[in-house]
Amino acid sequence: MKLIFERSRSGLRCATIRPLEAPVFTLEQKYLRSELALPEVAEVDLVRHYTELSHNAFGVDSGFYPLGSCTMKYNPKLNEEVAAFDGFTHTHPLQEKETVQGNLHLMNDLASSLMELTGMDGMTLQPCAGAHGEFTGLLLIAAYHESRRDSKRTKILVPDTAHGTNPASAAMAGFEVVNIKSNEEKGVDLDDLRSKVGKDTAALMLTNPSTLGLFEKNIEEISKIVHDAGGLLYYDGANLNAIMGIVRPGDMGFDVVHLNLHKTFSTPHGGGGPGSGPVGCKAPLVKFLPFPSVVVDKKGRYEFTHGKENKDSIGKVSAFYGNFGVMVKALAYIKTLGSDGIKESAEHAVLNANYMKAKLQDIYPTESHRYCMHEFVIDLQKLKSETGVSAKDVAKAMIDRGMHPPTMYFPHIPGVIDEALMIEPTETENKETLDKAIEVLRELYETAHTDPKYLLDTPHNTPIGRPDEVAAARNPIVKYDL
Amino acid sequence: MSNYLSIIDKERKEMLDAIGVAKCSNLYADIPVSLRNKQFKLESGKSQQQVYDEMKDYASENVVFDTVMRGAGAYDHYIPSVVKNLSSRSEFLTAYTPYQAEMSQGILQSIFEFQSMICSLTGMEVANASVYDGSSAAAEAAFMCVEKERRTILVPENVKPQTIEVLRTYLRRRNITIKVLTEKDGFIKNGKVCSDAIKDAINAEAACLYFEQPNYYGLIEDAEFLCEAAHSAGTKVIMGCNPMTLALLKSPGECGADIAVGDAQPFGLSLSFGGPYLGFMATHVTKDTMRRMPGRIVGQTVDGKGNRCFVLTLQGREQHIRREKALSNICSNQAHCALVASMYLSAMGKEGLKEVATACTSLAHYAAAKFTEGKATLKYDNTLGVEFFHEFVTVTPTKADKIVDKCAKMGILAGLPIGSNEILWCMTEKVRVSEIDKVAEIMRRA
Amino acid sequence: MSKLMYAKTHEWVKIDGKEATIGLSDHAQHELGDLVFINLPAVGDSITAGETFCDVESVKAVSDVMAPVSGKIVAVNDELENAPESINNDPMGAWICKVEVSSVPDDLMDEAAYAEFIK
Repeated sequence: MKLIFERSRSGLRCATIRPLEAPVFTLEQKYLRSELALPEVAEVDLVRHYTELSHNAFGVDSGFYPLGSCTMKYNPKLNEEVAAFDGFTHTHPLQEKETVQGNLHLMNDLASSLMELTGMDGMTLQPCAGAHGEFTGLLLIAAYHESRRDSKRTKILVPDTAHGTNPASAAMAGFEVVNIKSNEEKGVDLDDLRSKVGKDTAALMLTNPSTLGLFEKNIEEISKIVHDAGGLLYYDGANLNAIMGIVRPGDMGFDVVHLNLHKTFSTPHGGGGPGSGPVGCKAPLVKFLPFPSVVVDKKGRYEFTHGKENKDSIGKVSAFYGNFGVMVKALAYIKTLGSDGIKESAEHAVLNANYMKAKLQDIYPTESHRYCMHEFVIDLQKLKSETGVSAKDVAKAMIDRGMHPPTMYFPHIPGVIDEALMIEPTETENKETLDKAIEVLRELYETAHTDPKYLLDTPHNTPIGRPDEVAAARNPIVKYDL
Repeated sequence: MSNYLSIIDKERKEMLDAIGVAKCSNLYADIPVSLRNKQFKLESGKSQQQVYDEMKDYASENVVFDTVMRGAGAYDHYIPSVVKNLSSRSEFLTAYTPYQAEMSQGILQSIFEFQSMICSLTGMEVANASVYDGSSAAAEAAFMCVEKERRTILVPENVKPQTIEVLRTYLRRRNITIKVLTEKDGFIKNGKVCSDAIKDAINAEAACLYFEQPNYYGLIEDAEFLCEAAHSAGTKVIMGCNPMTLALLKSPGECGADIAVGDAQPFGLSLSFGGPYLGFMATHVTKDTMRRMPGRIVGQTVDGKGNRCFVLTLQGREQHIRREKALSNICSNQAHCALVASMYLSAMGKEGLKEVATACTSLAHYAAAKFTEGKATLKYDNTLGVEFFHEFVTVTPTKADKIVDKCAKMGILAGLPIGSNEILWCMTEKVRVSEIDKVAEIMRRA
Repeated sequence: MSKLMYAKTHEWVKIDGKEATIGLSDHAQHELGDLVFINLPAVGDSITAGETFCDVESVKAVSDVMAPVSGKIVAVNDELENAPESINNDPMGAWICKVEVSSVPDDLMDEAAYAEFIK
């Protein structure tokens, strides 16, 4: 594929604006730049270029996308249309509050719905992504301990199966990270937790269901251990899709939670973002939430908190109020599904995952003696040592069969799970799709034994073969020389 | 009532049989019963048509202004149809982060092109695939500059207030000091950062100076002098730019800045009540700068047959590999917004972008002259030796709120009141001269 | 006469009087795969046996390099900065740093013992 720069021909124009209605103002020479290199293309060239790029991209609309931990469910079209209403897209973030009552109303309703679903007493919509939410939530926890003059709580406990964002967020929020081992059931090792929790514990961050797709059975005990030590419990909402409407983080004992609207609440991921990572918390932490929050006055008018109302707040984490456009889509989704639909979606996410697991676990080792939640992890270590075919090879071969591979090599617990494929079908896939994926994975298992060489350089049917990632990292070429 | 499932009872039964359970809820055996099914208040599901109506109702509770003369960090520019149309293609919209390069070349290449265009605009050599917004870009850049012995960030108070707020939040627990350089202490003169005064503030503890170009009041800073002043003491410079102005203004690279950041919302993204916007970051390639850059970076390489292709690269910097040792926790970014911005830049092209920027500054200068024909004055004008780009501040005897109200009645969103009698105006190419003339009439009597 | 020893964490160390040269073992580079970056320590840093003093990156992983001995770094092989692949190509030649040794732990292995250890 040509780069847009390679399609550029000097003198071509695409979009144009109206002739200037005022006299041209020329800035003094000393302010001006020397040259500006940007593509020059005609509109048809531009359209062909991006259409070609889109043909070399794969979205949920293109096919099965069982990317574990990412909840690649179908992104409803209705949500896109309503989010594009002029009434939303054409409002300035600094408009007077009387003129944006609809936006404030919407934010208030979304926050309330999310509080109900998570069992929290307060909610900010400001964080722009899950990791941004984690950072925000950890700052709330820090502010809480600081306000109690409990300044020795410098450590965040993180299970070894956690997403990388958990420890990274903890470090960004100025905490030290202490890793907690997993037990034989792949849950939190309670003895290890007990030995590490203490007066220096600020919080335990937990993803439940875990990144292995398993519900943490000991959650009540874990909550007690952490709270008895004076620490708080942080809920990473990456996997909420399995249990939304079934059990609430607040009822499990969590004090702070972040959600991913781009996973659980069906907003599209856009090739990497924008997401939205609202953070909820229990009553004692509400006053620390980022400002401004939306409040309703006695006459039912909405406004942002200001002045003194924000005095305990940790501050702003975004320039304005977060990814508002994403919030619109998430609220449309919640309204469509409602209380029953949300529960039904969670149940079917779990049904689909267990169905695939049941049909694969005779050949692909996984946690077979209990039900998984919305995803499950198969370990290809045995296959690799028997045939030389790795998780990566199987994943790449799936591409040839028209589906996106599962998440590879995560979670990684050296010596326990080294060749992971994490499969999250989501609730919106039908049985035919699941059966096809099962068939493909079973065939690939066969091929690994009969013709392993064929799998070592998959995919074969894509525009490019496996890229040389080593060369890319050793000698980075990160821009085109315009 | 609605749902997005694709399953019929017969299939559900087959699946449950295959698993060996009677009903879906049995799959939740691991969840303690005492915790399950607590009551929560949420309405029942609705039809798609009802949801459409309800969402329309929210939207209609807002006032949509035909003319927007307000900026202050969010800018109302013309968005070409081709950009709206192409960016809504579902292969772009519904894809995840391009982890699987073989099936994501379209996304990866679009990011590579975005990086290239940001480098071109900023005069830098490496840009990342985006961060959340301009303010988080500033904070992430500050992290890049901090060293063991240098832990102070200098920020003049004439940057956008929201940038200072976000910087404070990001840095508060990192043992990093933010020193706000105030007008009171002589760091700001005639609305601009004073490079002589900066020299005094800079010392061996100052990791970096962050300033904005143009600044909050719309004034063009003497960027080269500020960079020179900072560098004289080994302090780095982060330049926060409105990238639209870079169509004309000296690039951060030309000015000598170490890192360029900003919000690329002006490039094809609607106002959308403050988000999603588009934080960008770019820097020079020196020994360690590229390694300290947060977020995704796409690099060019080849496949086994020598075909050019693109991959996420330098991933060793990132949280999923480096965990608590990563410099940033960012994972999801604003990729789709970056796609929109590169489409916008390609659609406008080199001449088009200059035309847009020229229209902005020309209309703003026209408006500034018209608005001050009566009692209103410019807070910072040319007699003080300062120049503005497309935002400017007026001072009026009449209260700012009153002017805003009067404009609102005419369907115009006036500038932002930033003092009881001060308004920060912004003109873009969307503003018609006839509307400027209407506001001029209000200002004449103000 | 210098003495070649190995740590359980797969670093080699050549001790020559007060000075020791440190690198990664062939086994280690093989396990790590193609290295794309090394985060080198600085001259003057103090290192402690058994503690991390440097890290190396492959495309998909970052691994700590542990100090096989304690001491103070007197020289760093800057060439690795731009050519981390030297560690893959010539692990014994691609030294990372030289230290002025203050103490040597007693659990270092000689070549034969290390060969046995990695079996």
